[in-house]
Amino acid sequence: MNDKSHDPNQMTGAAMIVRALIDHGVTDIFGYPGGAVLPIYDEIFQQSEVQHILVRHEQGAGHAAEGYARSTGKPGVALVTSGPGATNMVTPLTDALMDSIPLVCISGQVPTHLIGNDAFQECDTVGITRPCTKHNWLVRDVNDLAKVLHEAFYVATTGRPGPVLVDVPKDVQFATGTYHPPRKSDVHRSYAPRVKGDATQIRKAVALLATAKRPVIYSGGGVINSGPEATKLLRELVEVTGFPITSTLMGLGAYPASGKNWLGMLGMHGTYEANMTMHDCDVMLCVGARFDDRITGRVDAFSPGSKKIHIDIDPSSINKNIRVDVPIIGDCGNVLGDILQVFKAEAKRPDIKAWWQQIAQWRARNSLYYKKSNDVILPQHAIQSLFEATRGRDTYITTEVGQHQMWAAQFYGFEEPHRWMTSGGLGTMGYGLPAAVGVQVAHPDSLVIDIAGDASVQMTMQEMSTAVQYELPIKIFILNNQYMGMVRQWQQLLHGNRLSHSYSEAMPDFVKLAEAYGGVGFQVHKPGDLDGAIQEMISVKRPVLFDCRVASLENCFPMIPSGKAHNEMLLPEQANDEATAKAFAGGKALV
Amino acid sequence: MNQPASAYFIEERHDPNETHTLSVLVQNEPGVLARVIGLFSGRGYNIESLTVSETESQKHLSRITIVTTGTPMVIEQIKHQLDRMIPVYRVVDMTLTKRSIERELAMVKVRGLGEHRVEALRLADAFRARVIDATTESFVFEITGNTDKINQYIDLMRPLGLVEVSRTGVAAIGRGPEGM
Repeated sequence: MNDKSHDPNQMTGAAMIVRALIDHGVTDIFGYPGGAVLPIYDEIFQQSEVQHILVRHEQGAGHAAEGYARSTGKPGVALVTSGPGATNMVTPLTDALMDSIPLVCISGQVPTHLIGNDAFQECDTVGITRPCTKHNWLVRDVNDLAKVLHEAFYVATTGRPGPVLVDVPKDVQFATGTYHPPRKSDVHRSYAPRVKGDATQIRKAVALLATAKRPVIYSGGGVINSGPEATKLLRELVEVTGFPITSTLMGLGAYPASGKNWLGMLGMHGTYEANMTMHDCDVMLCVGARFDDRITGRVDAFSPGSKKIHIDIDPSSINKNIRVDVPIIGDCGNVLGDILQVFKAEAKRPDIKAWWQQIAQWRARNSLYYKKSNDVILPQHAIQSLFEATRGRDTYITTEVGQHQMWAAQFYGFEEPHRWMTSGGLGTMGYGLPAAVGVQVAHPDSLVIDIAGDASVQMTMQEMSTAVQYELPIKIFILNNQYMGMVRQWQQLLHGNRLSHSYSEAMPDFVKLAEAYGGVGFQVHKPGDLDGAIQEMISVKRPVLFDCRVASLENCFPMIPSGKAHNEMLLPEQANDEATAKAFAGGKALV
Repeated sequence: MNQPASAYFIEERHDPNETHTLSVLVQNEPGVLARVIGLFSGRGYNIESLTVSETESQKHLSRITIVTTGTPMVIEQIKHQLDRMIPVYRVVDMTLTKRSIERELAMVKVRGLGEHRVEALRLADAFRARVIDATTESFVFEITGNTDKINQYIDLMRPLGLVEVSRTGVAAIGRGPEGM
């Protein structure tokens, strides 16, 4: 019989999209309707397996999907219309590419016969998003749609994860074709990420680790992306070897902040002990990090005396900025498992007592020191209070970008992976609030806090409305210093304290703003009121804007100054006006 | 003089540049060339020459030959960045194999009379260039060879009335029985 009307796999393109989402286990998507996606929205309306969260701006959909992905390990999904819908997704797609977040974006496109005609709400979506996705597709035939959707999920979630985009013209959404469930042949034969590390390289790595006198483990977001097994193995490796461990911004939580081998974060605003350990080590094991410029500082003075082992699933991360001695291409979890196995079978834990004594001296410098006040809330103190109040709770933290983000990384102790969502690579102000929306959707009963700055939070404030609509009790904890703090800090240190456009005049009343959205507002000025207000904030089961008024001119230290190496950090107690001026003299090109 | 204060570490690289020829086997699908070119422009790599054509139509495979310059670290990056693109099957550095043949084709238009015409023909003969179009006052020569040979030929044609040149760019293939 040729009658296809009873074939359950015959369906419209729009129905295929919803079916593919279900087949890939997607339960929540973030989106915004528009002309070119109406057929898909019509399908969404007629089913109940996929919940759609209506955002207030497409950028919010993208960051929410990122927060969802980062906190669950599953891909985040966003649905946007053609033209402005797609261009508004460029920031989240780029953000996800930089931070290796699996994101599947489905965009509507004008009908195929209008493509290239400057039609209403037309833009070259695949052209615009080509450099900001891991891969993208324009689907011109409904019979290719199922294959492309399955491939999109595969590409987004395997190898080095990243964002993908599938652009679907409206006539393809209406057309009827044949759907098929995911199968292996859906994927390009040319795409085969390497998972298992080379055995010879692994032996070389173990030999270096076993003979190290001053070792350090430097871990990154790749460990978290690799999944829970990688985190477990990393912790076991630290336990078995007894080595000190530091992490990038993206890697926080893979090793617990309360762990005895933890040095704190490294890099530009990392701890003194982490950066000194990196600088003076003789063997460095880099796991799933990429020697980014905020980490290395001056590259020709970066850890000059060490042998470097680098585990990364992406070959292009190796030898990009820093030459390494033992590159191992593969999945962090897989390679760590092999290293551990070989180490336990053939090697003995080296004696590094002297090294730990040295590290203890660096630790004693107390590089995160700040002077508390009884009159004004110090931002560091606010984060510490928040940390103490939420310790032991089921908490997820997101951030915006700037000083508050660095203070959060320095003062909030992360014990588990997937609990810390921040825009690392792209540094997207406005990331944290919509990301918190996404996290709360994934974890409805958890405490989700966006540690925010007063400037960043205004970039995506409209998503408060989303939080209210879906009863997502996110807590927006604003460290309000009335400046773009990090911009101001750099202007002070590098541009003769000429504070060009870094002061936000006409700041909104965040309490009234919260109320206007239907949320709850708090404002705190006095250190003495802080703990009580935080407790109250936590107990409120509605979206909150918490306006925490902090010292307006506080700077974020320690800091690696202009063109300096890791061992030339500026510590807070040294950061008087004279020392700061000297450290930044001439501003000889900053890290 | 002090360098300007900057958010980034400004470093001058002094490694010498090298020229490499890369052969890239790709799935022939819409946008694949744009991806490759976008990678080069987006990351600031050089393209000295680029040729592309479908080479196995049954399998929808195209072969892109790129001549690029950069420090050894940059060349290594370019290869890895190309290799991780989804539709890219293989990237071979023909320069590193040291067993490759490179050719390009040029069509060279020369306009002139009398002794210049005779001299152009004589040189064409010496370079094994063929005449593919002629009028009483012009020739179009077709010449095949490596880039140096073609550059040399064009330089020789200049005083003889060179009008214009169209070049294909470099195509490369490995010696011996094995394919890439």
